[in-house]
Amino acid sequence: MTANILDFRIGPDYWWVIGVKAVIILGFLVTAFAYLTLAERKVSARIQLRIGPNRVGPMGLLQPAADGVKLLFKENVAPAGRDRLIYLVAPGLATVAAVVAFATIPVSGVSTVNGYELHWDIAHLNVGLLFILAITSLGIYSIFLGGWASNSKYSLLGALRSSAQLISYEMAVAFALLGVVILAGSLDLEQIVTAQHHAWFVLLQPLAFVLYFMGALAETNRAPFDLPEAENELVGGYHTEYSGMRFGLYFMGEYINMVTVSSIATALFLGGWLPILPFLDFIPGVFWFLGKVFTLLFVMIWIRWTFPRLRYDRLMNLGWKVLLPLGLINVVITGTVVALTSS
Amino acid sequence: MLKELAKGLAFTMRQLLRKPITMQWPEEQKPAPTRHRGRHILHRYDNGLEKCIGCELCSGACPVGCIYVEPAENDPNNPVSPGERYAIRYEINLMRCIFCGYCAEACPTEAITLGPRYDLADYRRERLVATKEDLLEAWPGFSQSRGANPLGAGADQRGQAEHVPGVSPRVAWEQPDAESPPLGQAGVKQRVPSVAEPERRGRG
Repeated sequence: MTANILDFRIGPDYWWVIGVKAVIILGFLVTAFAYLTLAERKVSARIQLRIGPNRVGPMGLLQPAADGVKLLFKENVAPAGRDRLIYLVAPGLATVAAVVAFATIPVSGVSTVNGYELHWDIAHLNVGLLFILAITSLGIYSIFLGGWASNSKYSLLGALRSSAQLISYEMAVAFALLGVVILAGSLDLEQIVTAQHHAWFVLLQPLAFVLYFMGALAETNRAPFDLPEAENELVGGYHTEYSGMRFGLYFMGEYINMVTVSSIATALFLGGWLPILPFLDFIPGVFWFLGKVFTLLFVMIWIRWTFPRLRYDRLMNLGWKVLLPLGLINVVITGTVVALTSS
Repeated sequence: MLKELAKGLAFTMRQLLRKPITMQWPEEQKPAPTRHRGRHILHRYDNGLEKCIGCELCSGACPVGCIYVEPAENDPNNPVSPGERYAIRYEINLMRCIFCGYCAEACPTEAITLGPRYDLADYRRERLVATKEDLLEAWPGFSQSRGANPLGAGADQRGQAEHVPGVSPRVAWEQPDAESPPLGQAGVKQRVPSVAEPERRGRG
């Protein structure tokens, strides 16, 4: 009887295989979130010639645990005129959107275990890229609803900025990804990665990579595009009125989103799990994938502590007048070249 | 524009690779400048005798009245200081002290100077009254507690509150002591700084 239950499949996969993969990925994302906060503080400290947290545990390695305990025990102060339900749901939505987007990202190539095809993503969709675009766009709802439900002018301003920013950058990002899709000829992330077997798409589509990376910075609300937070103008922006673990959830969403967009960039532009040079393929693909993701994460932190925040109108100018046309040009050129060479 | 962006990134990367300049206090400490005016030190002569002769000039010179000196006659066979008298109690209220150094200027024997110590914060106000033992230079042949009143301020800091029953930390000038001179006659200002005493307040 038990065998029958285990035989039940969701799509091509056994349900328990999906469950195990989901638990592993979730554990990885939450751990990555925790240590990303520490990495952010350490790197920023070193850039400013400080040491950074080093008191909790060796080299401050237990600092995230201490932070988590602090956030959990903190009082939840909520504004009086809030919309209760939306105020409560919004922070969770931030985390959910960031985590769910990770479902279709292939961490490594297909491996065969006892004749069973094991895909290294949770849900193997043939339109994985579309799914990711859809889910990451959902993340904006958490910011906007949180800012709206707080009944506070700073939160609302942050939320407004965020939606304006996301709309202007989503277009450029979509066009940047379109170039990759044209080259790979598929929306399936696994096939996109294998299509980079000869040359990573960052070499073929450098402009698209830069566009996507800038869009990713804007999407994760990180400097120099961190206008929704803008702590020195907006007292924190959309999460001004959040405290304790609800605030923690927003940050969890933001940092997991960093991991997600870095993973997408890795899969689409940096060859995913493929090694840098072919003879290095004795190292498992997972490590290649993680190494590339962590490099991108470091670059994101590095950029945050280097550049000042863009002014709001300049951000809009950059999005609509520079990035969007560049993305369009990129798509046109890529499409033309592919059409000419394939025929 | 790209050149400037790259320049900025290169700069932060260089900073990232430099050694942090943070000093890990209190494990690492920077020595204070030689003329730093920190917490006071009561000096001894080279033979171990205390320089202080209990003249109370420091107390008189103090603009904020934070120094309390109680002199006593020296035992000629076993003197504490080379003069006729010595300070049996010497207490400085560091919460009131402005570290002006007038006490050191007034001192005829150079017994008191301001030292390098600056980490003077504490959780209890009683402990911020430095006693003679706190201030006196260490000397191998002499007990640090020699001649000092065990009931003096800061008693709990040395663990005496636990060891001697009935001892509670208190400030010298609040102690009903028949031998100590009344206020105003011993060179202490009339309106002396007072320190709240938790035990007494609780009982009252």
